Amino acid sequence: MSIAWYLVVSALIFCIGAGGVLVRRNPLVILLCLELMLNAANLALIAFSRMHGNSDGQIFALIVLVVAACEVTVGLGLIVAIFRRRLPIDVDELRELQG
Amino acid sequence: MSTTTWAWLVLLFPLLGTLINGLGYRRLGRGAAGAIGTAAIGLAFVCALGALFSLQGHDAEHRELVSSLWDYAVTGTSGVDAKLSILVDPLSVYMMLVVTGISTLIHLYSVSYMSSDHGYARYFSYLNFFVFSMLVLVLGGNFLMLIVGWAFVGAASYLLISFWYRRGTATQAGIKAFVINVVGDVGLVLGTFFVLRYSGTLDFLGTFRAVEGGAFDAHNGALVAGCLLILVGAFAKSAQIPLHTWLPDAMEGPTPVSSLIHAATMVTAGVYLIARLHPLFEAAPAAADTAAIVGCVTLLIAGTIALTQTDIKRVIAYSTMSQIGYMIMAVGAGGYVAGLFHLMTHAFFKALLFMAAGSIIGAMAGAQSLDKMSGFRKAMPFTFGCFVVGGLALSGVPPFSGFFSKDEILAFVGNRGGWFVALYVVGYIGAFLTAVYTWRMIFRAFWGEPCAEAKELEHGHLAHAEVPTNPANGEVEDTDVGFPGPEHTIAEHAMPMKVAMTLLAIGATVAGLVQIPNVDHVITNFLEPTFADSKYIHDEPGNSLTYFGMALGTVLALLGIALAHRIWVAKPGSAAAWRTRFAPAYHLFVNKWWFDEAIDFFVVRPFAAFGNFSRRTFERVVVEGTLVDGTTSVVRAGSAAVRAIQTGFLRYYAALLLLGGAAVVLYFLIASS
Repeated sequence: MSIAWYLVVSALIFCIGAGGVLVRRNPLVILLCLELMLNAANLALIAFSRMHGNSDGQIFALIVLVVAACEVTVGLGLIVAIFRRRLPIDVDELRELQG
Repeated sequence: MSTTTWAWLVLLFPLLGTLINGLGYRRLGRGAAGAIGTAAIGLAFVCALGALFSLQGHDAEHRELVSSLWDYAVTGTSGVDAKLSILVDPLSVYMMLVVTGISTLIHLYSVSYMSSDHGYARYFSYLNFFVFSMLVLVLGGNFLMLIVGWAFVGAASYLLISFWYRRGTATQAGIKAFVINVVGDVGLVLGTFFVLRYSGTLDFLGTFRAVEGGAFDAHNGALVAGCLLILVGAFAKSAQIPLHTWLPDAMEGPTPVSSLIHAATMVTAGVYLIARLHPLFEAAPAAADTAAIVGCVTLLIAGTIALTQTDIKRVIAYSTMSQIGYMIMAVGAGGYVAGLFHLMTHAFFKALLFMAAGSIIGAMAGAQSLDKMSGFRKAMPFTFGCFVVGGLALSGVPPFSGFFSKDEILAFVGNRGGWFVALYVVGYIGAFLTAVYTWRMIFRAFWGEPCAEAKELEHGHLAHAEVPTNPANGEVEDTDVGFPGPEHTIAEHAMPMKVAMTLLAIGATVAGLVQIPNVDHVITNFLEPTFADSKYIHDEPGNSLTYFGMALGTVLALLGIALAHRIWVAKPGSAAAWRTRFAPAYHLFVNKWWFDEAIDFFVVRPFAAFGNFSRRTFERVVVEGTLVDGTTSVVRAGSAAVRAIQTGFLRYYAALLLLGGAAVVLYFLIASS
């Protein structure tokens, strides 16, 4: 199978994720969409790895998984903290850090 | 040890005293601070004696020794031979002895006099620094060291005059002294440039050789201008008209400080400077004549002002001005030995008079006005004795020291002939005034019905102020640091003060005997090597002039004392009659010839107006309006534009990030295809 198919799927998933990050306001969903983007990248990496016949891309993908796990931990922690303080779960409302 | 090593040690000890007292002021107890301060100057005096004996061991032709510790090594680039060097010759050793000797006694006096003051260690640190600065000034072997010492003395005087720094009048007086001294510093530095330009060297001996070698023959105008500018420095330091107004105000400092400023250090610097630079002044007679005339005018004007002052310290201050006028007149006319001789005798009796005045002020619980004092003769016999000795020496009654030195000056000036005769006559008028104002002070303070404080003291109780006040304006003070301490001390109760004053009284009595015309010439012989190149060194006044002068001086002094006795003792109340009879003159004198007002009108106010004008126009508009505000508004406008991007919307940031990433990717795609 041509590598193009894999890349097209990867690009589609990435765009779905990016679109979700941009349009959704719930931080939980934004995190999910971020995961989609990361996994799209993983798919592309593994496809390239397969194409080149070495395992560099797979190692890369594993590292991305680890980073994603960390990121989810921090992100979910933040969301729980926001929820505990009864702040609105809405990224548009959380905008105190403006210049 | 070599002569110069002794001289370096003279500099070292006061510096050590300054540092130890200055750095350890928290830990040193009162006794330790006073002991260290006094010992430092005492050791310096011992070393000065060492330098004296060592110097006398050299041949008369080899008594000008230069020692350099450090070369600032700018010779190669700018042609200035800047060195950390000292010149040890009879003149500097003489000055060293006077400065350290009198200062030691003043330190000893201060140990008791300042004993209750908070800030005791600070006081001794400043005092040692003052002496150190003065020693740098008199020992410096080139113009650089001279200027450094000169500026140090000004700074030290500021510190000491404003020693009671919470007293408004004292800080103002300190600032005034400092500013006027800086005017003098500027004159000295500019004058040095004029001299350096054609002599090519900063070194004193090198400069003198250049003058002798004719470096200024074609540029005598530059030399005269340089000497006149140097004179500005000398006049400011030595309180000569019109730069004298700081001196009476300097009485705001503690009394031993006045004693130090007036007797041993500071005001004698101008006399020393002219004597030190005598080859320059002899090559520029116009400048030397200016000095003589200004000295003469000063001695007369200061004498008249002293007649009318009621603050006991100010009377002595104006008398110092007057006596320094004699010295400046002497060295300006070429009578260096006579001027320096008077410098030495004056140091003795003026230090003594100030110490005695300090003792009376102590008995008056800080009050200084002669109007309040009277009849202290029985209550304070020792102080009275010191005052009489100092007063006799100051008025020039034989055989006290002032008689011989003042007479030598006047005989020398009279012997110059020509228009110097006018100075000679004014000098004798000044001598008469000296006797009158000195004895006016003594009669008013010691004769008459005893005042309350004197009566109490006769019963053994020292007056004590219920509420401490500033004697100048009556403001209420406390006795914490920054104000005088709670207790006052008088000489009768304090051994160190008594010792210091006794030694000075002996000096004031006998110091003149070292130089009696036709009998002995100790000072002339000693100073001869320094002034050997002077064209006036062999100008000895004839016997007739000398003896006539001595007789005239004695008669005038006794007449002055008699007049003072008549006005203030025999016929009390006649002073008021004199005041009304000579009302215009009285107003002139009591207002100090309006010098303060004139300087205020002609210098201070124009400068203040110019400053205010510049502030309103240049500073407000150009500096503040354009430069400062302009810069901030540019930065503010720029940051406002950048700040607008920071909306706080997370999704907005994410969109920008994506767009940016996409743009980069697109760029590489397009670039690679």
